[in-house]
Amino acid sequence: MEFFDNLPAMDLMRSEKMTFVQLIIPFESAHRAITYLGELGLLQFRDLNADRSPFQRTFVNQVKRCGEMSRKLRFFKDQISKAGLVSSLHSATQPDVELEELEIQLAEHEHELNEMNGNSEKLRQAYNELLEFKMVLQKAGGFLVSGKSPVVVEDRELDENIHSNGDYTDTASLLEKEMRPETMEQSRVRFISGIICKSKVQIFERMLFRATRGNMLFNQAPADEDIVDPVTSEMVEKIVFVVFFSGEQARMKILKICEAFGANCYPVPEDIAKQRQISQEVLSRLSEIETTLDAGYNHRNKALSSIQFHLNKWMSMVRREKAIYDTLNMLNFDVTKKCLVGEGWCPIFAKAKIQEALQRATYDSNSQVGIIFHEMDAPESPPTFFRTNRFTSAFQEIVDAYGVAGYQEANPAVYTVVTFPFLFAVMFGDWGHGICLLLGALVLIAQERKLTGQKLGSFMEMLFGGRYVLLLMSLFSIYCGLIYNEFFSVPFYIFGGSAYKCRDASCSDAHSVGLIKYQDPYPFGVDPRWRGSRSELPFLNSLKMKMSILLGVVQMNLGIILSYFNARFFKSSLDIRFQFVPQMIFLNSLFGYLSLLIVIKWCTGSQADLYHVMIYMFLSPTDDLGENQLFWGQKPLQIILLLLALIAVPWMLFPKPFILKKLHSENQILHGSIMRNLILVRSLCTK
Amino acid sequence: MYGFEALTFNIHGGYLEAIVRGHRASLLTAADYNNLCQCETLDDIKMHLSATEYGPYLQNEPSPLHTTTIVEKCTLKLVDEYKQMLCQATEPLSTFLEYITYGHMIDNVVLIVTGTLHERDVQELLEKCHPLGMFDSIATLAVAQNMRELYRLVLVDTPLAPYFSECITSEDLDDMNIEIMRNTLYKAYLEDFYRFCQKLGGATGEIMSDLLAFEADRRAVNITINSIGTELTRDDRKKLYSNFGLLYPYGHEELAVCEDIDQVRGVMEKYPPYQSIFSKLSYGESQMLDKAFYEEEVKRLCLAFEQQFHYGVFFAYMRLREQEIRNLMWISECVAQNQKSRVHDSVVFIF
Repeated sequence: MEFFDNLPAMDLMRSEKMTFVQLIIPFESAHRAITYLGELGLLQFRDLNADRSPFQRTFVNQVKRCGEMSRKLRFFKDQISKAGLVSSLHSATQPDVELEELEIQLAEHEHELNEMNGNSEKLRQAYNELLEFKMVLQKAGGFLVSGKSPVVVEDRELDENIHSNGDYTDTASLLEKEMRPETMEQSRVRFISGIICKSKVQIFERMLFRATRGNMLFNQAPADEDIVDPVTSEMVEKIVFVVFFSGEQARMKILKICEAFGANCYPVPEDIAKQRQISQEVLSRLSEIETTLDAGYNHRNKALSSIQFHLNKWMSMVRREKAIYDTLNMLNFDVTKKCLVGEGWCPIFAKAKIQEALQRATYDSNSQVGIIFHEMDAPESPPTFFRTNRFTSAFQEIVDAYGVAGYQEANPAVYTVVTFPFLFAVMFGDWGHGICLLLGALVLIAQERKLTGQKLGSFMEMLFGGRYVLLLMSLFSIYCGLIYNEFFSVPFYIFGGSAYKCRDASCSDAHSVGLIKYQDPYPFGVDPRWRGSRSELPFLNSLKMKMSILLGVVQMNLGIILSYFNARFFKSSLDIRFQFVPQMIFLNSLFGYLSLLIVIKWCTGSQADLYHVMIYMFLSPTDDLGENQLFWGQKPLQIILLLLALIAVPWMLFPKPFILKKLHSENQILHGSIMRNLILVRSLCTK
Repeated sequence: MYGFEALTFNIHGGYLEAIVRGHRASLLTAADYNNLCQCETLDDIKMHLSATEYGPYLQNEPSPLHTTTIVEKCTLKLVDEYKQMLCQATEPLSTFLEYITYGHMIDNVVLIVTGTLHERDVQELLEKCHPLGMFDSIATLAVAQNMRELYRLVLVDTPLAPYFSECITSEDLDDMNIEIMRNTLYKAYLEDFYRFCQKLGGATGEIMSDLLAFEADRRAVNITINSIGTELTRDDRKKLYSNFGLLYPYGHEELAVCEDIDQVRGVMEKYPPYQSIFSKLSYGESQMLDKAFYEEEVKRLCLAFEQQFHYGVFFAYMRLREQEIRNLMWISECVAQNQKSRVHDSVVFIF
C-alpha cells in the first residue's frame, strides 16, 4: 500500500485540481479583462444571472448590436457568393478596428450595397422584360409567319383545329358559332403571346383548355436562353407560348389566367415588317441596358471584393465581441454599481497566468483600481478539466464519448492511448494494410499546419481529428501484421527460412502426412509454411482467439484495478469491500481461470478441450475430468472457484445500495437533530 | 389490427414518429412564454426566439421587425418540417399527413374567392394564404365566377374535389354563399378524414376520432353562434354540422334551434366533457369561448403524445405548432402595439 502512495503523481491520470475563484473587476477594465481571459481560456465563469431572461441582462444592447452586425456580415457573405467571387484565403492585416467603427463601416457598406442592388434590380427587370419580349418576338413570330402564308400546312391545321373543336363542343356559345365564318379570314382568330416558366406550362395549358372549353390552340417553344429570376437570382428555363382563340370572353379569361400564373404577355404584331422594326428596337435597347447593367455589376463586384478582403477578420472579430459580451452578461454588479463581480472555476496551476492577464488588463486600460482575484469556498462540486495536447485530445474525446469522468476520477484516456490502437491492430493485423494506413496518417500529420482551423467536411474532420489515433493504429497494425505474418493476407519469409520442410523431394505427401520440423522455430511471428496447409485455419484461429481472450481479460482487470485506485483516492472503503473485491473474484475465478488454462495448454502442448472443461465446470463440477485434466488438483480448484464466483454475485450486488441507504437516512436524522439542537439553543439564548 | 401496432408500426412509421417527438420537444414552454411576455420590443422577442429552434429562421431579418415577418418565418419553419416529414412518409402515413393540410386548403380557397369578390389583388391575396394549403393552380381561382366554374376549372384537380359534390350550384358567388361553401367543404372534409382514420383503425383510429370529434363539435358550436341573427334557416344550419362527434345527432337537433348564446350554453352543458369549458365562462359571454376551446384542444392534443405507435401525434404536433404560432402572433402584436396588459388574454400555454 505504501508503495502505491509513494509513486510519483501522474498528471494525466487525474483531472486538474480546480479552485473556485471570485473576480471583482472595475467597470472600465471589464471588457479588456474578459478579452485577455478569453485568449487564455483557463477560467470557466458561472452564470450569476441564470434567473434573468437574456434581454434583461446588463449588456443586452451590445449583444444585440453584435447580432445585427453578424447579420450584416452574413448578408455580405451571401452577396459575395451569389456574385461568384472566389474567396481569398489571405485576409487583411490592417490594424484592429474598434467595434463602434466597424459598426458604422458595416452600416455604410450595407446601405451602399442595398442601393446598388435596388438600382440594378430595376434595370434587371427592364432587361428581363426586353429579353423576354425578344424571345417572344423570335419564337411567336415563327408561328405567326407560318400562319400567314396560305400554302403552309400549319395554317390549315389551325383552321381544322378550330373547326373540329367547334364541332364537338356543343356548349360553344352561339356568338362563337356565328363568328366562325369570319374566322376563316384569319383576322378573327386572335392570339395572345407571352412567356412562362417551364415548370408551370403543363398546368397552364390544361387550365386554358378548360377555361375556353377547348376552343383554343396552344403553341409552345422553349426559349433559347435562361432568364435570371429577379427574386432568387437563379437561372430559370422559360417557354414561349402563343394561344390562338376567338371571342372577347375567352380573351378576358385567358388574360386572367396568364396573370394568375405569372405569365408575361407581350403583343406581337402580325405584320412582318412591323415585327422586324420592333425587334430592331428591342435589340438596340437591350444592348444599351446591358452595358449599363455590366457597369453596375463591375462597380458592385469591386465594392464586394473590397468587403471580402476584410470579411473573415470582421467575422471573427464580431464573433469574439459577442462571446465577450455574453460572458460579461454572466457577471453581477456589486453594491456600488462600479464593479462587476464574477465567479468561476480555474485550475490551480493557471492562477498565476490569470493573475498576470488581469494585471495586464488593468494596466492596458489605465484603470486606477486593480482587479481583485481571490479564492472562495465552492458552492458545488468542481468541473472536470483535463489538459490535453494535440496528441492526447483525440483519445480524450474517444473516452468522453462514453462519459466524462467525475472530478479527480482516474482518467482512462491515459491507457486508451495504447490500448485502443493496439486492440484495433489485433483485429486489423496486416502489415500491408497497416502501411497504407500509415501513409494516410502521415499525410494528415504532414498537412497539419495547413489543415488546422480550416473547415473540412464532416468525414475529413473526423479523420483529421483522429490523425494521431490513426498513426498509432497503423504502427500497431504493422507490428501485429508481422506477428500474424500477413501482407495483404500473403505470408512472407522475412525473418529467415521456415522450420518445416517436406519429407522428400517430390513433396507429394505434404498435405496428407504433413511436414517435418528440421530447425529452430521461425524467429518472429507465425511460420509462413502454415499458409495453405490443412491445419492452417485451426492453428491461426486457436492462436488469435486465445490471444484475444487473454488480452480481453487483461483489459477488464485493468478497468477493475482502476476502480480500486479511484476508491483509494476517494477513501471509500465501501467501494473496495463491496465492489472491487467481489468483482475481482468473479472475473478471475471464471475468465482468469480460463486464461490460466490457455497458458498451461500452450506451455504443455496438451490436447485438452477447453470448451468442455469450462462448460462442465458449471454443469457437473464433481465429475471426473478424464483426459481433459491439465494439472494435478484441477477438480477441487474448479469447485472452489465456482463457489467463489457464486458468492461474489450477491456480495457485489446487495450490500452496497443498502449500506448507502442506511448512511443516507442516518445523515438525515443527524442533520435533523442538529437543526433541532440549534433551534433549542437559539430559543434558550433569546430567553 | 388493434393492439398489435407495436409489432409492425416501427417498420414504416418509427423513424417519423421519433422525428415528430423530437420536434415536439422544441415547442415553447411556459417559461419561454413568461419571458416572451416580458419583452419590450419585437427585437427582444427575436432575441429570445433566437435561443429556440426558430433562431436560424429569424437570424437574417434586418432590425425593424414586423409581426408579420415573425409569423411568416415561424410558419416557414413548420412548413419545412412538414415537408420533410411528408417526403419521408410512406402510405398510409403520407395520405394522413396530406389530410392535415386540407383544412388550410379550404381556407385558402375561401380567402382567394372572397378576395377577388372584393376586387383585391391576386398576388396580395396569395401572400396571405397559408403555405400548407397551397396547390399549383390556386391563383386561377380568381378567374371563376360561380361555384360550378370554380369546381370545373380549378378544384377538380385538387383533393378537395370530392367534397364539392354538395355545393355545386350555378349561383353567383357572394359572401353568404362562400361562407356556406366553406362550412360545407369543411364538413365533408372532417367526415372524410374521420372515415379515413376509422379505416386505419387501432390506436390511430381511437385517438384521431376523439380529436376530430372535438373539432367537429367545436365547429358546430361556432357555426351556431355565428349564424344567430342571420338569415340562415334552421335546416340549412343543421346541414352544416358534421355527422359525427359527441353532439351528433341529438345535440345537433337542439343546437339548430338555438336563438342566443345562453341557449347554446344550455345545450352544451348537457355534455360532461364540455361542461368544464362553459363553466369557465360567465353567462352571456362569448368572446372567451374561443380561448376556452383552444385550451381544451391543446390539452387533448398533448394527451395524444402519451400513447405510442399511432399517427395522432403528427396531427397533434401540427396543431400545437399552429397554436404556438398564433400565440407568438398575439404576443408580438401586443408588444408592437404597447398593449402588454392584454398579453395573457389569448395566449394558450402548451406545456
